Formats: sequence, structure tokens, C-alpha cells
Amino acid sequence: MRGFFAVFKKELHSYLTSPIAYVLAAVFLVLMGFLFRNLVMQFNAFCLTYFSQAARFGGQLPELNLNRIVVESFFGLLGFISLFMIPMLTMRLYAEEKKLGTFELLTTSPISNLQTILGKFSACFVLYAGTVGLTLVMMGLLDAYGEPDWGPIVSSYLGVLLLGASFVAIGILASSLTENQIVAVAISFGALLLFWLMGWASQFASGGLRKVMEYLSIIDHMEDFYKGVIDTKDVLFYLSFTFFSLFLTAVVLESRKWRGVR
Amino acid sequence: MIEVEGLTKYYGRSPVPAIEDVTFRVEKGEILGFLGPNGAGKTTTMRIITGYFPPSKGTARVAGYDVMEDPMEVKRRVGYLPEHPPLYNDMTVEGFLDFVADIRGLERSRKKLRVGKVAERCGLDDVMDVRIGKLSKGYRQRVGIAQALVHDPEVLILDEPTIGLDPKQVVEVRNLIKGLAGERTVILSTHILPEVSMTCGRVVIINKGRVVAEDTPENLTARLRGVRTIFVEARGPADAIEKVLREVPDVKDVRNEGSEDGTHRFVVESTLEKDVRAQLASSIVSGGFQLLELRPVGMSLEDIFLQLTTEEGA
Repeated sequence: MRGFFAVFKKELHSYLTSPIAYVLAAVFLVLMGFLFRNLVMQFNAFCLTYFSQAARFGGQLPELNLNRIVVESFFGLLGFISLFMIPMLTMRLYAEEKKLGTFELLTTSPISNLQTILGKFSACFVLYAGTVGLTLVMMGLLDAYGEPDWGPIVSSYLGVLLLGASFVAIGILASSLTENQIVAVAISFGALLLFWLMGWASQFASGGLRKVMEYLSIIDHMEDFYKGVIDTKDVLFYLSFTFFSLFLTAVVLESRKWRGVR
Repeated sequence: MIEVEGLTKYYGRSPVPAIEDVTFRVEKGEILGFLGPNGAGKTTTMRIITGYFPPSKGTARVAGYDVMEDPMEVKRRVGYLPEHPPLYNDMTVEGFLDFVADIRGLERSRKKLRVGKVAERCGLDDVMDVRIGKLSKGYRQRVGIAQALVHDPEVLILDEPTIGLDPKQVVEVRNLIKGLAGERTVILSTHILPEVSMTCGRVVIINKGRVVAEDTPENLTARLRGVRTIFVEARGPADAIEKVLREVPDVKDVRNEGSEDGTHRFVVESTLEKDVRAQLASSIVSGGFQLLELRPVGMSLEDIFLQLTTEEGA
């Protein structure tokens, strides 16, 4: 337990004393702000057309749904930008240790691989969660000038955090495979994109394979969260995805022993 | 304290072992020098003892614990300085030592005390708040030694601790290591010969993955020659002195190395088993000559090393 906290503290400290975390968080928030602005302007334009049409043709029309148009798209885009951001946060986690030789310090210390993996995972996840948490300001603006439904917003945040946890786990796995950070980014980005596009690919498969591909589609499990539904099935999907990736990381680190590498 | 038996290590699919059948023991409080040219297998052996990776064959035990079966117990007791000091450049010296104390499992209550003590011993007091990335090579090496010591380990394993340091720093580090003798068991690897004779009580020489010799620096010298060499300086007639010296039992050879103002220098060779120094002294005195100096002459380890490694290669 103590080893876990030591690694967690060290990683978080390392993120916060290097410019990487600040630059990535800033880029992320600027992009999200930009997209948020566009979504709101778009909603505005919709409203204008919609009501002028209604006035011209008369009759009662149902109100436009702020959640469907702004909130759902916002979180969809947030997940997509995370896909680019997280690999850059995770790339150094193991690759750098191997390059610097500090990996030798960790492996010859009386702490388990599990403790280092979880420590690194938690630090990166906390950073991600903190950055995503700052987008609450935008939701606050929405609340100040409109009447969004907070239920789906809360469940979307939960969904986005679960999605982020899976991304971080894949990133750590990729980082454990190499001592080159660029290679780590390439692997994790490629793997994430593959899972991202799995739903699309499943349309061209049939039978059992299609079922598997549909299940593995990492964004299809987000749909319910966007609508305000927290389904245990989806929560379990992201949790098991995360744990399986972290487990594979442990296997990779252990394999060094029987592979007889230097 | 450390028992290494028949260690063999193959890397990957390579048919040539990096080390083969390496066996040695280190007693408690002893400083063992691990001497060999680059690529001889020193680092490989040390990495097995520290639990970095397992051997292909053989066992290594530290304080009675097998590195394969009880790796955590072994790791708790070992302080390890790898060839490249494992340092995080973005941490301060103090933050780093704190972190190492945590992951090495030092009791929380002793942490502050130990970090302070180690910093003082390694001369790091002035740089505790400096980021490691900004330190000079000498300081980095000291931080490396400090991290190996911080959790108060019984066993210290130092891989080339003086590499890349300037002469003054080398002396400092050697003194630091010498100061550890008695309280800790130390294995020190090096390919620099004077280092061994200056700091170590016993030497294991390794070449091409095999142990080629193991002894005290003095005995190694003697064993290699198969003779014991003694330097004698005396006053009196040269021929007469030489005659007396030759008559001492077990003396194999006497060489006159020159004279000055009636003072003559001789090099006496005797068999390895007998110590003839007392006999030599009394013979000279009872012969009526003046004895000025009498001391054993060791062969420099440099010579041994060259001889051992070239013989092995041939």
C-alpha cells in the first residue's frame, strides 16, 4: 500500500512539475471551449430557424432539446479529444523509466509490479479527471443561460471518466512495451482508434464475430450514459477493459523474467 | 551473508552464457571486490543477486533468503547502485531520497532521520533542494550511493561506483565505501584495479562470465607468482650478506638490487608456504650486519589482472 502511494505521489508530482500536463490540459480545455462555443452557437441558429418556421406555419411545436443538441455532442467530442490527449499523458509512464534506468530501481525494490502499475494509473487518471472536471465551468454557463437536464450531464461525466480510465490503461500497457515514448504513443493511439472504430467495422461482419465486435466497440457503450442511463453492463465493460489492460501490463512486466532480456 | 552458487545466465536465445557457473560467498561485514574487464558478467551477476532478473541456473541467497523464492525479503535487505545511477531528473534530492525510502520499505518513523543521516554522510546537505537534473556528475553519483544506503540495508551492491568521477571524487567515494566495512556487507564491481586493492578485503576476478580467481589482494599476488617476495636493505659487505641470506632455509633466490654508500638492497624470493622474514632478520643480525629495512613486496594487481585475463583468453 505504501509503495502504491509513493509511486502515485511521485507520478503526480512529476506531471505537475513538468510542462506536459499544463500544456495538454490547456490545449484540451481551449479545444473543448471552442467546441462548446460552436455547439451553443449552432443551437442558437437552430432555435432561430425553428421558431421562425413555427411562426410562419403556425401550430404548436415541441421545444428543442438542449441536452440532445449541445450536451450529447459535447461529451461525444470530449471523448474523441481524450483519444488524442491520453496517449500523450501515458507515453512516459514506463518508457521513460526504462530509458532512464530507474526501472531497475523499481524492480529491485520490495514493491510489487501491481503497486507501481496502480500508482501510475491512479496518478494519470486523477490528472485526467481533474482536467475533465474543469469543463464543469461550461456546463455551469449552460445552466446559467438555459435549462439543461442535469441527470444526463452527471451520467455523461461518469461515462467519460470510465472511458478515460480505459484509455489510460491502454496507454500504460503500450508504454510498458517499449522504452521509446514515440513508439508508446503510436501503439496506444493505434489501439484506441481501432477500438473506437470497432462499431463501424462490426456492420460488415456477421454472426458471432459481429456480436464480439459490437461489444468491443468502445464508444457504443457511451450512448446510454449520454442519455442519462447508467447501465451496469456498460460500467462493467469499461471497468473490465481497464483491469484487463492493467493485467496485461503486469504480464508484460513479469515476462521480462522468463524472456531473459537484458 | 551472500551465497552465490553455480549461477548461469543466458540472455534470450543466445547460446553463449553471459555468466557460467559463478560461485562465491561474502561474509558479513566484508567488502568484496568484483573485478573484471567490461562485459565480463559483473553487472549480470549483480542484477541476479538484487532480483532484477532470475538466473538460468544456480541459486543466490542473501541473508539466508533465496532471491527466487523470497525476492521481497532479499530486496528489503539490499541497497543497490546500478551502473547508471537510477535518478529522476525532475525530483529534488530530498524528494528522491524520500521516495526511495518509501518504496524500499523503511519504517516511516525513521525516514526523516535516515534521509538526513545519509545526506550528511554522502555530502549532499547543500543540494537537498536542488533538482537532480541540475546536479554535476559527481553529485549524481553521490545521490546514487545515498539512495542505496537510505533504507539502512545490510547488504550493499555497488556497480562501478567510481566510474566517471574526477580523481578527488573517486577518493571521496572510496573513503565512503571503506567506512562502510564492518557494519555492512558490500559487493563492489570495478574494472579499475587500484580500487580493489584500496577498498576491498577480498577479490573475485571474473572474465568472460567465469570466476578465474578469488582471494585477498595480497594472496592473489603471491599465489600467482608461486613465490613470496621480500625486500631487504642492510649495511655491510654485499657478498657476505648475500651468502648469509642464501643460507636461510626455504629461500629460493636472492638478487642484489644495487648499493649506495655501503647500503645494499636485496630481493629475496622464498616458497609461498613459509614465512622466512623472522629467519632473514635474525641471520643478518647474528652475522654482524646492520638490518635497515625488511618488507614483503606484493605484485601489483594490475599485473595479476593482465596475466589472469590474458591466460584465460589464450
